[in-house]
Amino acid sequence: MNYEPVIGLEVHVQLKTWSKLFCSCSTEFGAEGNSHTCPVCLGWPGSLPVLNEAALKLGIRVGLALNCKVAERLKFDRKNYFYPDLPKAYQISQFDMPVNGKGELLIETKTADGKMIERKIGITRAHLEEDAGKLLHEGITDGSLVDYNRGGIPLLEIVSEPDLRSPQEAYDYLTALKAILQYVEVSDCDMEKGSLRCDANVSVRPVGQEKFGTKVEIKNLNSFKMVQKAIQYEIERQTEAIEGGETIVQETRLWDDGKGTTFSMRSKEEAHDYRYFPEPDLVPFTLSLELVKSIEATLPELPMARAKRFIKEFGIPEYDAYVLVQEKKLAEYFEACVREGAGAKTASNWIQTELLAMLNAKNIAIEDCPVASKEFAGLLKLVEAGTVSGKTAKDVLQEMAATGKAADVIVKEKGLTQVSDTGLIEKAVEKAIAANPVAVAEFKAGKQKALGALVGAIMKETQGKANPKIVNEILQKKLQG
Amino acid sequence: MTDLCSLTLKEAIEFAKKDGAQPLLEAFQKRATALNPKINAFLRFGAAPINKREIPGLLQGVPVSIKDNICIDGREVTCASKILAGHVPPYNATVIEKLKSAGATLFGQCNMDEFAFGSSCETSAFGACRNPWDLERVPGGSSGGSAASVAADMTLAALGSDTGGSIRQPAALCGVVGVKPTYGRVSRYGLIAFGSSFDQIGPITKTVEDAAILMNILCGHDPKDSTSSPERVPDFTQSLKRDLKGLRIGLPKEYFIEGIDPEIEKSVRAAADLYKKLGAEIKSISLPHTEHSVAVYYIVAVAEASSNLGRFDGVEYGLRVPTKDLREMYFETRDQGFGQEAKRRILLGTFVLSAGYYEAYYLKGQKVRTLIRQDFEKAFKEVDVILSPTSPTAAFKIGEKVADPIAMYLSDIFTIPANLAGIPAMSVPCGFTSGGLPIGMQLMARPFDESAMLRAAYAFEQETGIYKKKPKL
Repeated sequence: MNYEPVIGLEVHVQLKTWSKLFCSCSTEFGAEGNSHTCPVCLGWPGSLPVLNEAALKLGIRVGLALNCKVAERLKFDRKNYFYPDLPKAYQISQFDMPVNGKGELLIETKTADGKMIERKIGITRAHLEEDAGKLLHEGITDGSLVDYNRGGIPLLEIVSEPDLRSPQEAYDYLTALKAILQYVEVSDCDMEKGSLRCDANVSVRPVGQEKFGTKVEIKNLNSFKMVQKAIQYEIERQTEAIEGGETIVQETRLWDDGKGTTFSMRSKEEAHDYRYFPEPDLVPFTLSLELVKSIEATLPELPMARAKRFIKEFGIPEYDAYVLVQEKKLAEYFEACVREGAGAKTASNWIQTELLAMLNAKNIAIEDCPVASKEFAGLLKLVEAGTVSGKTAKDVLQEMAATGKAADVIVKEKGLTQVSDTGLIEKAVEKAIAANPVAVAEFKAGKQKALGALVGAIMKETQGKANPKIVNEILQKKLQG
Repeated sequence: MTDLCSLTLKEAIEFAKKDGAQPLLEAFQKRATALNPKINAFLRFGAAPINKREIPGLLQGVPVSIKDNICIDGREVTCASKILAGHVPPYNATVIEKLKSAGATLFGQCNMDEFAFGSSCETSAFGACRNPWDLERVPGGSSGGSAASVAADMTLAALGSDTGGSIRQPAALCGVVGVKPTYGRVSRYGLIAFGSSFDQIGPITKTVEDAAILMNILCGHDPKDSTSSPERVPDFTQSLKRDLKGLRIGLPKEYFIEGIDPEIEKSVRAAADLYKKLGAEIKSISLPHTEHSVAVYYIVAVAEASSNLGRFDGVEYGLRVPTKDLREMYFETRDQGFGQEAKRRILLGTFVLSAGYYEAYYLKGQKVRTLIRQDFEKAFKEVDVILSPTSPTAAFKIGEKVADPIAMYLSDIFTIPANLAGIPAMSVPCGFTSGGLPIGMQLMARPFDESAMLRAAYAFEQETGIYKKKPKL
């Protein structure tokens, strides 16, 4: 029997506010332990929460970007459980009246046979809640320490519908969601710093069956790749179990990245009864339509719309467009290059290969790129005009990054201008033919590869500056003539 | 020289304006030192000497005492519980800030039922407080220490907190005035929560005018408390002086029921007669859902309490029983730290919020709460103030109801509805039983119309002069 997976994701994203969700403590990352705390976020007796309006607005911003129905009236609830990182023994969250109701996210994904398709993934809800503190065990022998700096930082929990059908789709959903969150500038989305976290709900069912199988929740997923791997593992585990006659039990499992497996953390019976009830310290309130509209008015062009515009306006391939828009700054860089006069296809190719390779090698982000878009466009224009060869241009790019000099300056200083003088090239071709009789004979015998040796010799003669297109033309003519 | 301790707050302010507050502090220090071992109204008391003769502000440095569930920066606060013993908050409650800037000297920290769970002050982990009128009897609760200290002239006035009658019932049992303002009138910031949607801080005083003076200081919007109201605060002392002509006073038939002490019923009905003489109109009214009040209260308030008390887990502050692992630490700390009644309410509250029971209890309770609120809305279309007994009985003997929690819970039967509805209510002394124990009557008013009930209370008090009678100590 064939089985298909049913996957839903819960994403927690830290909203980028200056102060916490219910007090005025700083949200700065990496500060000294417990230095950003006060009676409110420490849950000291008698303290009371006051909602941070900036966090609410960011939450609404995400909702609007995900086409969610933004609530007219909302309230907060208490989620009760005991843990030392939770100072009040309850988390202030939203239960039945979340700020954002149903929405959807369009994703571009690859099918198993490599075809690009568009999929609409439902968003169940996206609600506000406060983060917990952090337990520290390292280097402590007699107990644990708690750092409450993170406690009370605003989170938005974005819950997807169980609409995802493969690990690849889950990966593409996360990528698309992250792109949107970055576009609307609500979060750093840095999984390493914990500003974006993901849990996955996975079940399998026989293809054609409507009813969902029993779902398992997977936690401890610290990268998108891990999400993908863990889901893949879980699908295989569940399918094997069912085929072996076992019943899947509802439980929470943890991903062990070292072993590449999941293992049971707690069963349904051991699950907490959170005893949700309305938070009496924060009264329910009505959102004004004007507020929602004013937030909507400030939404930027979103990645999907931008990709479609790139395809239409610049004529670049679909796949290239989606890669470019995944990162807002990258898309902006590309567009700036085109506006500076570089050809769209050249810019798209060069950014995705040479520029990103260089940045990855230096481990820097596109926003810190040492070559400004205007300078990069200048280099691309030289390539397109045939002033420098592609190979030379790669070296020039490195030089630009190292020195900060413009492309044309480097080309001029180093005399790298491509030679397109047919007279000069003809001489070099003749010299090469004369010097390589074996290669010439092989070529004439039908061995195309032999041409490489001749081109190499010509390039050597011209110190790599000969225009390869012209070299090719003249060489072909001479050999056939 | 008159006994300084017997002055009203208003008289003491006048005294301090002339002679400074220091003589008052010394007199109260002396009296509290003598009486507290007998009454146990204060868990802690004392104030640093005042050097300056002139203290800025309305209160001129006179001593005011505070229920021990309100945070004072740098002073221990315990909620009369072992689990918080030794806890020193690093901040002031908003009401403390307000009292300080009005020039009050914080004097005693008052005994109470543990976490305000009780109607007798017997659940205090630091010993029961006693009623100054009869040391064998309870002062009521949970603000028993606040009421007893005022009644015994150990302080000029005190703050209490009222979740289901915790200001009014002890005020009635001790023969003093106690006001529970409208929910949202006084900031709860710094009040250690019991039932967050019920709790209100209010004054316990010797006279209605003293209560009005403190209400002027305590009330007002606080940005630190999202449930505090932006409603304008009138000058309550001014509203006292108006006569009662045209005031419509309602007597709810559901508050004069079987089980109420006949002497109390008689006393309250006599008060109604007096009001008629003073020009008010007396009407019989009905609050049909009253009988469900106690049940609803013991569902919704304990649900909130069970959540509010989760933070006392041994991690950050208060008691921690050292153990091998975390679970055991929670169990041992909470087992040894909380008293019987606190445990009972935590269990009850946890139960009513549990999966499978939430709808039947908590949600149903909230619906009935709405019905009770609507009862009052209807009634206040016909009347301006509602008059009833504060408590069905006068002060009972220590130990009398300890073994019977239901009987204890029923002593709040007349005070709970005002908390469920969020309306203002107060208790005013209205007479004495044949055994010489104080009787209190309750006045309730529309939301934010404390002025109406204070005006009615003041007229009665001035006409009868009951407040002048003091316990023999």
